[in-house]
Amino acid sequence: MVALVQSLSHSRPQILSIILAALLGLLVIYVAGHSQYHILHDAAHDVRHATGFPCH
Amino acid sequence: MFFRILVSGLFAGSLGGLMAGLLQWYFVQPVLLHSELYETGILKHFGEFTNSAQQSLDTLQPIRDSLSLLFSMIIYIGYAFLLISAMALRLQISGDRITFHQGIVWGIIGYIAVHLAPAISLPPEVPGVAAAEVLPRQIWWFTTVFLTVIGIWLIAFKPKIKYFFIGSALIIAPHIFGAPEPNVFTGPAPTEIGALFASRALGIGLVSWAILGGLSAFFLHKETMRAVS
Repeated sequence: MVALVQSLSHSRPQILSIILAALLGLLVIYVAGHSQYHILHDAAHDVRHATGFPCH
Repeated sequence: MFFRILVSGLFAGSLGGLMAGLLQWYFVQPVLLHSELYETGILKHFGEFTNSAQQSLDTLQPIRDSLSLLFSMIIYIGYAFLLISAMALRLQISGDRITFHQGIVWGIIGYIAVHLAPAISLPPEVPGVAAAEVLPRQIWWFTTVFLTVIGIWLIAFKPKIKYFFIGSALIIAPHIFGAPEPNVFTGPAPTEIGALFASRALGIGLVSWAILGGLSAFFLHKETMRAVS
């Protein structure tokens, strides 16, 4: 039981870190791949098409 | 853990993205440039027009190609953060190390979720094809990726048969709902170019994600070893 409590208290911040890292990944993909801000859109245009993102 | 994912994601993503960018430049970019000749009206396709299928293309454009390479690396860093987060979550649950070779399989599964699944109803678009408004397509794209990831995770890691059916339903649901479609077809590019573009984009995506998966597992293990030593 003690071990279980220890492992849970140990893993909760780990899970939070993992969720944060995944959200950061989504943010990077959104900004580089989906943002319609024209400078970003024009710079990433060819990659957006080649990676199958909806581009314009 | 957060910084471990960040550091391994930066290494795996920039290397994987560099490979993806180079492959795209060689295999996808010429098809895109060819299509742009139709998009901009330099070539016309319908009616009595006939054009050679071989056009001389300006495939070396340093600024444009460098930007593509840079953004390919950034996007693959984003992919790597997602993929390594999933690997780290699995590591938390099972405690098993993911090897380089298993990482390749993880990468291919990631490709199915992030690249292939949305492409089934929203195929990679060559410039100069008709499409619905961009915002509904983006919302559909993110929703499809999210549901497919959950669906695959349930099928892969929950042995009970009911999760197989729940996972399958999640994967197929966005396609039954349907992706946003254009009202009319106005794309000026020949279908041959559109088809080649879509299959090239998907093929290069598969190879790039496989590389990304192997690198992600490799760097995650390296960072984990560094953290515990």
